[in-house]
Parts: sequence; structure tokens; C-alpha cells
Amino acid sequence: MSNTETFYQVMRRQGITRRSFMKYCSLTAAALGLGPAYALQIAHAMETKQRTPVIWLNGLECTCCSESFIRSAHPLVKDVVLSMISLDYNELLMASAGHQAQAALEASMENHWGQYILAVEGNPPLNEDGMFCISGGKPFVEKLKKSAEGAKAVIAWGSCASWGCVQAARPNPTQAVPIDKVITDKPVIKVPGCPPIAEVMTGVITYMLTFDRIPELDRQRRPKMFYSQRIHDKCYRRAHFDAGQFVERWDDDNARKGYCLYKVGCKGPTTYNACSTVRWNEGISFPIQSGHGCIGCSEDGFWDHGSFYDRLTNVNLFGIEKNADRVGMAAAGVVGTAIAAHAAVSAIKQTTQRKKKEAEQERNS
Amino acid sequence: MALEKNLTPEDSHERVRRQTAVYVYEAPVRLWHWITAFGVLTLVITGFLIGRPPPSVSGEAIDHYLMGYIRFAHFAAAYVVTLAFIGRIYWAFVGNHHSRELFLVPIHRKRWWGELWHEIRWYLFLERTPRKYIGHNPLGQLIMFGVFVVGMVFMIITGFALYSEGTGVGSWQDQLFGWVIPLFGQSQDVHTWHRLGMWFMVIFVLTHVYVAVREDIMSRQSMTSTMLSGWRLFKDDRPD
Repeated sequence: MSNTETFYQVMRRQGITRRSFMKYCSLTAAALGLGPAYALQIAHAMETKQRTPVIWLNGLECTCCSESFIRSAHPLVKDVVLSMISLDYNELLMASAGHQAQAALEASMENHWGQYILAVEGNPPLNEDGMFCISGGKPFVEKLKKSAEGAKAVIAWGSCASWGCVQAARPNPTQAVPIDKVITDKPVIKVPGCPPIAEVMTGVITYMLTFDRIPELDRQRRPKMFYSQRIHDKCYRRAHFDAGQFVERWDDDNARKGYCLYKVGCKGPTTYNACSTVRWNEGISFPIQSGHGCIGCSEDGFWDHGSFYDRLTNVNLFGIEKNADRVGMAAAGVVGTAIAAHAAVSAIKQTTQRKKKEAEQERNS
Repeated sequence: MALEKNLTPEDSHERVRRQTAVYVYEAPVRLWHWITAFGVLTLVITGFLIGRPPPSVSGEAIDHYLMGYIRFAHFAAAYVVTLAFIGRIYWAFVGNHHSRELFLVPIHRKRWWGELWHEIRWYLFLERTPRKYIGHNPLGQLIMFGVFVVGMVFMIITGFALYSEGTGVGSWQDQLFGWVIPLFGQSQDVHTWHRLGMWFMVIFVLTHVYVAVREDIMSRQSMTSTMLSGWRLFKDDRPD
């Protein structure tokens, strides 16, 4: 591993022309939503900075984050992996296995202690001392804690590492927790989504390499540049929402006309992600464009809210699993009935008292 | 107002209750009440439709703005009700002592507890005759604070948190209320709780209207007309 080489040198060595290199810098700046002047800054950083070592760990997960990552188009993932970062450990992509892989991890941690970025895909289960996820013969949570100690920054890839995701669904038998419950002394950048968009993943890495700092984060520690707006805010079907034109059933004419999917449970209005702008697979499409509502996969707890096809999702309180309208209407019904009964008794009381009074008055007169 | 001004606060109870009319609700309080009443009605109807939109309209999207208008009505009514509520809090400082009943429940007074118990028994049909009250009866006051004021504060906070999602990161709504969303988990959870809050307010309105009408008929003082004229009229001159 040649740590003295800069990004630019690596790219030139691979036969990339300066012209292509500059194009690449411009595209990256555009993908990050930065102005044209930043393309030069990116180029300058690439010419002068050494590649940053990245250690990529996989815990309890499905590898969909890695699958997404390797499909990044802007920048191409091969550029990220071969030129921009020094991906020292990644179970999906690395050639070595077993003790050899383990040795690579330890060597990288030792050589770059305090310098590397730890990227975590998946999360640690804590129940039974972490025995539900064993990696390298040890509970994953131990490997995670140890690697986090020497990390400069930690990236939580996907909804597993960020929120817990499906394996943390009620009743969460393995007690899977988001990584920031375990790593409490390091900045954790959350890049949620199941999986996150490939360009968002590479975009976050590129930003960190270029500016040598973590991107600006929101309250939930997500990079603002990709997670500050809802799918709904930039959805191309938004006009149909405002007009009041909805898909009522999956097979109706409105579905064919491409109306808003709000009524069939689209979570676009409550989901912060870049799907409606960046889209997927080189910007070809995204769920709503394919005619299916957003399921809100980048939001905390999306897996525990009942059907993906309900507008009003379930309340999970005191063992009740009903939506707010069912709970509210039932309560209003009970109170309404009680009021009617109370009114009836009051009326009876009022009349009997009046009759009694009248009788008394008659007796007196 | 004149009648009340003739009385000193302490000796008053006996004497006031012998009066047949007392000025209770000052004009700003009455105005606030009816603004809030119509505002909440608008909010419940439009809020219900935001969660369950009306059937789709046909034709071109450019010719319609139905959801847009429903949402506009909701947000406009929300601003009106919120500003009126802030005004009402201000009036609690400068208005007469009845204007503070909504916010300060006198749980430290023994007499209040006694009257509360009496009122509960009256509603359970265990008391033959109700007592006289110039302002709220203790049960009414407790519900007004515990259900209405708390409910309003909850709806205003969660409502502005949801509104901040549209106005965007960095807006004043986001800076003041944005913290609410991670507190509940995510946006959808806040939506759910805001809707539960709507039903909570619906139940409050049902009960409020019922007891107001019932008290008008069965109690010994005026109710509905008091919120229009401000004057509390007593139906008899027995002191208690």
C-alpha cells in the first residue's frame, strides 16, 4: 500500500487524462450540489492529499448497502475504491479471507490509528453478550468497539447502523441497536436508507476527503446536503397532490395516469432522502416513478408502523395496534354514548324533580 | 363590572352569590373564545381531510388546487388560533381574576377541593342541588386546564413542528419546533400524535358543548349567554 501517492498520481498511473480528471472533479462538485468554483478545490485536494484509509465493517445486515455502493455512477465506484480511498478492509470486495483478512484489518488499524474512517454497515446485537452476530470468532460488538477507538470519524451506512432497521423490529429478540448506542465518543454520521442511494454514499465520502471534515449534519446526524428535504418536497407527482388527484386503488385509471400515491400509503411526505432528486441507478428512476409509494426506508422505525400501504399508520400503545382514526373514533364514540346516557338520566332527573316540586306546591296551596 | 367593583375580594363570596348578575368574561376573553371555537372547528375539518383526502378530482392538475386550499385553510386557522391563544395568555396577566382561571388551578385551597368533590357528586347524580359559581366550577376548571390548555399547547407544538417541515431547515418554525420530530421518532410519528391530539380535542368539544348546555338548563347560573354578553346571571338568590 503506497501511502505517499496522492489521488491525482493514482489516477494518472491508471491512464486517466488530466482532462478526464477535471471532468470528474466538476461532476463530483455538481453531485454534491456545490458551485463550479468547488471543482477546482476538489482538483486541488485530489492533487495534494493522500488517500484516506477506510475500514468497512459488516454487522447484522443484508449487504444491500454494499450492493448499492458498488453501483455508484457519479463518481464511479471504481474511482472511489481504487483512486480516492484506500479501502483496507471490506468483506464483500476484498480478495483475502479468514486469517489473512483479519490480519489486514489489524495491520490497517495499527498503521493508521486515529486516521482512518470507519464505515459500518449493519448493527450489533447486544443480547446474549452479542452472540447473535459472530465475526472472526468474536461477537461483532467487540470488533466494532475496537475499530471505533482508532477511527477519525464513523459513518453509519444504511438504516441498520443508523436506526436499527428490520432486525430491531418489535420485539427485537437479538436486541439489535443502532451503532451510536455503542459508539458514544466519536462523531457518527448517519446515512440512512435501505439501502442508501449509491451517489449519496460516495458523495459523503468524497465530501469528507475533499474538505477533510465531516459534512454539516442535521439534528438526527444526517448530512444536510442529502437529507434536508422530504421526497414529497421534490416529487414530480406533487402537482397531483396539491390538485387533489390521487391513486385510489392500485389498479385504477388514476394509477395509470400517474396521480399522487398519498392515499395508498406513500411515505414521501414524511421521509427525508434524496430519491426524488438524485434517483437510482444512474438517475433512471425511483420507487414513486415506478408507480409504487415510498415506504419511508430512511426513517427511524419505518419497519414498525404497520402496513406500507396505509396513509395513517399504526399507533403502538398499551398493546393496541390501530391507526389514530380508529383509536380516536372509538374514544369519541365511547364519550358520545356516555354523554347521551348522561343527558338521558339528567332529563329524567329534571322532570321528576319538577313533578315533585309541582306536587309539593299543590299540596301547599 | 360595576357590581363586582363594589365588592372587596375577600368578603365577597356570600355577597356576590346573592347578586343576580356579575360581569365575568371581559370582551377580549369572549372574542378569544369564539375565534378559538370557529378556528378549532376549521382545524378539525381540514385536518381530518388532510389525513383522509376527499375523492380525487378529474381533469388536469393545473385546473385544481383542492389539497392546496385545504392545507392553506388549516395553516391559516392554525396561525389565527395560536395568535389568539398567545393573546389569551397575555390577557390572563392584565384581565380580571376570572381570566386567570384557565391557567391557574387553585389546588392549594381546601375549599376548592371540597367544591370539586361536590361537583363530581353532582355529575354522578348524587347531589340534589348544584352550587353557585361565579367563574368556572372546580371540575370545569380542572378539565379546562388539564384537557383544553394542555391539549392546545400540545397541538400548537406538534403542529408547528410539522409545519416546519414545509418551511424548511433554518426557518424560525424549524428553529423553535424542529426538535419535536426526533423526540417522537420521526415525522410520521408526529403526524400520528397530532391526529390523536385532534381526536382528543374533538372529545373535549363534545363534552364542553354538552356540559355548557346542561348547566344552562340544570345549574343555577347562566352559561351560554355569559360567553356572549359577559354577564353571569343567577336564577335564584339563595347564597349557596
